[in-house]
Amino acid sequence: MNATVLEKLQTAFPDASVAAVLDSAVITVSTEKLIDTLSRLKNDRDLRFSLLLDVTAIDYLDYPVAQEARFAVVYTLRNWHQNLLVQVRTPVKDPDIGVPTATGLWDSANWGERETWDQYGINFIGHPDLRRILNHWQFKGHPLRKDYPTQQGQVCFETDSLEGPIKARLAAKGVSESTMKDINTEIMFLNIGPSHPVTHGAIRILTALDGETIIANVNEVGYLHRGFEKTAEGLTYNQVIPLTDRLNYCSALMNNIAYVKAIESWLGVEITERTKFMRVILTEFFRIQDHLVCIAANLVDMGGLTNYWYLYNEKEASYDLISRLTGARLTNSFTRIGGMYRDFYEGWEGDMVNHLKDIEKGVSDSFKLVAANRIVHDRTQGVCIMPKETALSYGYTGPCLRASGVPFDLRKDAPYYNYDAFDFEVPVGTIGDLYDRLMIRYEEIFQSMKIIRQAMKLIPKGPIFVDDHRVAIPPKSQVYNKIEGLANHFKIIYEGVKTPKGEWYDSFEAANGELGFHFVSDGSGRPYKVKVRPPCFYIMGGFPEMVEGSMIADAVINLGSINIIGGELDR
Amino acid sequence: MALGLEASLGDSVVTTKLDAIINWGRQYSLWPFVFGTACCAIEFMSAAASQHDISRWGAEVVRFSPRQADLLLVCGTISYKQAPILKRIYEQMAEPKWVVAMGACASSGGIYDNYCTVQGIDTIIPVDVYISGCPPRPEAVLDALMKIQDQIKGETVIKDRHKDFKGILD
Repeated sequence: MNATVLEKLQTAFPDASVAAVLDSAVITVSTEKLIDTLSRLKNDRDLRFSLLLDVTAIDYLDYPVAQEARFAVVYTLRNWHQNLLVQVRTPVKDPDIGVPTATGLWDSANWGERETWDQYGINFIGHPDLRRILNHWQFKGHPLRKDYPTQQGQVCFETDSLEGPIKARLAAKGVSESTMKDINTEIMFLNIGPSHPVTHGAIRILTALDGETIIANVNEVGYLHRGFEKTAEGLTYNQVIPLTDRLNYCSALMNNIAYVKAIESWLGVEITERTKFMRVILTEFFRIQDHLVCIAANLVDMGGLTNYWYLYNEKEASYDLISRLTGARLTNSFTRIGGMYRDFYEGWEGDMVNHLKDIEKGVSDSFKLVAANRIVHDRTQGVCIMPKETALSYGYTGPCLRASGVPFDLRKDAPYYNYDAFDFEVPVGTIGDLYDRLMIRYEEIFQSMKIIRQAMKLIPKGPIFVDDHRVAIPPKSQVYNKIEGLANHFKIIYEGVKTPKGEWYDSFEAANGELGFHFVSDGSGRPYKVKVRPPCFYIMGGFPEMVEGSMIADAVINLGSINIIGGELDR
Repeated sequence: MALGLEASLGDSVVTTKLDAIINWGRQYSLWPFVFGTACCAIEFMSAAASQHDISRWGAEVVRFSPRQADLLLVCGTISYKQAPILKRIYEQMAEPKWVVAMGACASSGGIYDNYCTVQGIDTIIPVDVYISGCPPRPEAVLDALMKIQDQIKGETVIKDRHKDFKGILD
């Protein structure tokens, strides 16, 4: 964060404390000033923080440094025009009283604050729908509080009926109780999922229908909530890497890279050039995989099974190449803090070149089936539109935001790993309909191939690990023959890579959008807190806006087009 | 389990030849219900796609309606929130039915030993075959399918299975 921006923020908020942490500014305000601060950050013409990325809380119960209050709530905001990142923190004196809600400013605050209440038990005054979101409705207590035992499971005997929320949504849409019962316009409730082929995982979609038209929709997530954040608190930083694989399991390596990148930037570790290129190649290769699965599944929903075979053949062949590159097909765990697990094998370049040719052919074949296909055009154009302003308000990022016409891509706007040196384009849609979302993914596949081809020409030889004893395990010859080497190895494995005390947020352009990690470190080798900013959680939050007014069959393909991955959605 | 002919026979008739022909039919026409929740479901997709081609075992007719399926493949982590749904789907399937727990999470909770993950689906429903791996390779799915086929070979149509199972939701 540069000094002028910091100064501007300090002048705008004279009685708040403004500090720079990595690329972001952290503004600490009192609870009374919270909403005023957030609303000025959003609406002030000079500030324009139109994107609320994430809401979370921190429980300082066991934290070694004394804090003003046990809990603090953190809002992460972004100004996408100038790519400025701000975190607004406020101490929470009493969690039962809580802090005022920001749902009036951003729609994404709705789900973000619900999650914070569910996990930490912090009330949001004036929140329209403060229910549990990740845990089941019969759950007692708040699992991410430090005094909740990690392994204390609670059995759920019955599924929530969602009757209250759908009626509230209908009422908000102006449909009254009497209309619902009127014989001529009687409303039908249709439940899809959580175990249904179109949900591509486990999501529950409840719709209120007039004929086949959706008039109101509410969704329930959390069926794949696996306690990533709580489990990670008990592991060393490097031990968390296998858990990150299982966030977005269609592009596992991107999560690995995003995770270690966040820790490396806090440690100030500059990874080697070869590692940077390896990470770029793998990131883009996995972006292709992610989009292949998304498009294949989406076209199956539309009735185009042939596409699935064309695209999935390439994906299957990719798995062979990936297992040769990383040692595993799906869950790779290939990165380490400060480097990579292994270098690529001898002669990988030839295989990659051939494979890219195959992917290009497979994707082009599939594209030919789609590009001039009347059915695809009729079913996608002008359907389930997400306007630009609404998308921003719901915290959309990645392909879904770009489909709505916002040209924001972290690889261009906040380049890391030499992305500014590559020649590639960021496809942007026009109106944000299904067609835009589908075509953007096709185009991104071709752009990613372009980046990989450039990176393969430029990748230098050299070490894949930094030469820094704080993070890198010493070579075996030193571990076996020198006491310093042995001690160093022991400490890194048993105590973990030690990070300085503090809190930071780091983001990465994953296949679905901005994948962020918010860490709190107490100076030990284990994270005090890790919060994932999952792109598709907020995308799913805007789902009702897209489908209300459309047909039920459109909702099905719309769900496919936004690429919901349960592991990342529910963590 | 008893249907049609089997029901009317009871245990008064020795049905070895009948068993043989019915089991032969059942072995090669398993209709799987894929209860895919997480990463394992992606590997199941690979098992179903061209390269591994699950239809070589006669099990390619994937049904998403429990009434039409006889093999429940649980692919992925089952959380406490998901558990009642899994149990309901199992109960909706007609006899005879078999269950495969695919992957570490479904078998034992896997790496998720915490407040929200069921520590193995056999605490909710009876399981016939477990597949190890996180996630298992598609070949392992095919292997489990062959194990189920072997198991079916030795069964008899007049005996009910798993009637005394009691799980945490019962």
